[in-house]
Amino acid sequence: MTPRRLFGLVRWYLRELTGEAAYGRYLDRHRRTHPDTPALPRREFERRRTDRKDAHPTARCC
Amino acid sequence: MTAPETTRTRPSWRTVLVWTAISIAAAAGWGVIALVRGEEISAFWLVIAALGSYAIGYRFYARFIADKVLRVDDTRATPAERLDDDVDFQPTDRRVLLGHHFAAIAGAGPLVGPVLAAQMGYLPGTMWIIIGAIFAGAVQDMVVLFISMRRNGKSLGQLARDEIGPIGGAAALVGVFSIMIIILAVLALVVVNALAASPWGTFSIAMTIPIALLMGFYLRTIRPGRVIETSLIGVALLVLAIVAGGWVQASSWADAFTLSPQTLVFCLVVYGFVAAVLPVWMLLAPRDYLSTFMKIGTIALLAVGVLIVAPALQADAVSDFALNGMGPVFSGELFPFVFITIACGALSGFHALIASGTTPKMIQKESQVRMIGYGAMLMESFVAVMALIAACILDPGLYYAMNAPAGVLGTTVESASTAVANLGFTISPQDLQAAADAVGEESLVARTGGAPTLAVGMSEILSSVFGGDGLKAFWYHFAIMFEALFILTTVDAGTRVGRFMLQDTLGNVWKPIGRVSWKPGIWITSALVVAAWGYFLYAGVNDPLGGINQLFPLFGIANQLLAAIALTIATTVLVKSGRLKWAWVTAAPLAWVAVVTLTASWQKVFSDDPRIGFFAQRERYAEALEQGEVLAPAKDLGQMQTVVTNSTVDGVLAAFFALLVVLIIANAAWICWRALRSAEPPPSTEAPYVESRLLVTAGRATGTDESQEERP
Repeated sequence: MTPRRLFGLVRWYLRELTGEAAYGRYLDRHRRTHPDTPALPRREFERRRTDRKDAHPTARCC
Repeated sequence: MTAPETTRTRPSWRTVLVWTAISIAAAAGWGVIALVRGEEISAFWLVIAALGSYAIGYRFYARFIADKVLRVDDTRATPAERLDDDVDFQPTDRRVLLGHHFAAIAGAGPLVGPVLAAQMGYLPGTMWIIIGAIFAGAVQDMVVLFISMRRNGKSLGQLARDEIGPIGGAAALVGVFSIMIIILAVLALVVVNALAASPWGTFSIAMTIPIALLMGFYLRTIRPGRVIETSLIGVALLVLAIVAGGWVQASSWADAFTLSPQTLVFCLVVYGFVAAVLPVWMLLAPRDYLSTFMKIGTIALLAVGVLIVAPALQADAVSDFALNGMGPVFSGELFPFVFITIACGALSGFHALIASGTTPKMIQKESQVRMIGYGAMLMESFVAVMALIAACILDPGLYYAMNAPAGVLGTTVESASTAVANLGFTISPQDLQAAADAVGEESLVARTGGAPTLAVGMSEILSSVFGGDGLKAFWYHFAIMFEALFILTTVDAGTRVGRFMLQDTLGNVWKPIGRVSWKPGIWITSALVVAAWGYFLYAGVNDPLGGINQLFPLFGIANQLLAAIALTIATTVLVKSGRLKWAWVTAAPLAWVAVVTLTASWQKVFSDDPRIGFFAQRERYAEALEQGEVLAPAKDLGQMQTVVTNSTVDGVLAAFFALLVVLIIANAAWICWRALRSAEPPPSTEAPYVESRLLVTAGRATGTDESQEERP
């Protein structure tokens, strides 16, 4: 495996793990399902995504 | 479309050869750690035994459970596929989901329990961690994950209600809530013991709050969504905070950060309340990112360290305390108390809450429950093995000088040295002081709770790979920081979850309090949850007999009883779905954990030995108190009263937990019996079959942001 490929793999993994890739996924989906309406800007999307956690807490184990 | 693997091909000779080699390696590892006596063995053998056993367990036992017992079906659409809403339900790459799940289940538990259990020697702990994970812990996680997945991601409480009935459901809910309170209190106690009178540690941990706030604002306003970048900044600041802690300790500010345990309790309670009522973007979310990064990084670092250094184990294989039950760290004999002390890492009921939370809603294919449920638990078990190694490479004299209660050791290195000699080990006052100086601490005497001991062990290992003796103090405080960070993340997330459970329950009685947006309701319920764990934390800190010694068994019992509840639900589901033949897969670990925890609870409630039985202890101190006597280690009548109160509360709780579980098991047994007697099988509680249209490429990631699956 080349270093470049390894870097790409690590970057992909971290983006998926941290949820950084969520906006890209949202845009894809939005284009597919509502092609006529404008998508949320990133700031608004991330804001809603984080604020949702306010009402949906997830437990962390010991 | 993936076809289910129905055809069984003859294994190739290479496969046979590889698995034979793995089996021989694992057997050799077990042989060395179990049979070699009288000379020091290398930690390398523990690692070999663990990894070899995990490989065999994962390849054979977990696959058997997936294929024969659960009958996973990759043609069946998972809830992530059927209900995909890109929010709760979304098919997630299995490696990513493994990361999520592992970060959610693994925390300070597998690091603390094994350290305390090292009192019994390295052999019992190692055996329980490895065998327990393979046959109990990982099985529980995988089966609960599967059951919840087949039911659209229902929570453990809902599963209990649906599968066992309203009584079982209510008992499970009460159990989950009270167990969570105890777990939060004990974990917070570990932090208090690690930070008390340590300005370096206290400063570094205190700094995590402004760092998290900064990250929160950065993510919210400057760079929305750039989590990796923000986390890297956070980690850099965190390392800076650890280094700066050393400067603070040497400066005139040291006094301001030298806090008593009582003050720390106050700080933690206030912090817990504030964290539970603030919006998550400010504090909770950034802390969680930081904690996940630190967790994965530090565990990888420790694994590399253990493999490179392969340190020799200094502890006995089986100590005298295992047989006579007179150990200073926690009382009681090997059975049942090793199995109580090590919960996380071998079998942890709390995992059932995670496995019935967000994870089941994100699985792409049913067969992945093996990698995510079983595999993540094996990883946690390995973390526990490493923690055990870190504790067992320490000189036993130092180990007991750090882990026996303050009431036994006194406060000076001289008194501690004498007390350790009375326990049958040696450490000179000079060596004890030198050990403290090496890690930049005032004193290491009676630093109970496991975290400081693990930190000393980790600093030994890591400094011999990275940086030498000069970096020992840094690595020690790095380890303290990493544990405290985990624990505080668990505490604030747990407080929030507890608050929601309380709001939900109280909302049935009085509507407004159930509303998640009504501020006074949030404040009241948060305060109640914080007060509940704060009470036990405060009691633990002030207990003359040592809070860890008193409360840790309760923590283990609570966690294992939650496991009993989860395994009961799993067994009931297997029986009700016509799989009585395979029910032993969960019934056997259930029987074991029920025997262990009920024996432990029984001893904690009814033992005549005041060191073990809470009520015997209460009686002894209450009688003395009536006569106006003061019994060591209590120093005055006020402390006598404290012992009496604490042992009463702890005893009642131990009895209460045991009763809850007996109730749930009895209720489930009745349901199973009725299901077996009835002519027709009970109606299925699974979501109906829908054919999967999701194509999962089983190859490597492409390294781009393209989604991993495509729709045909």
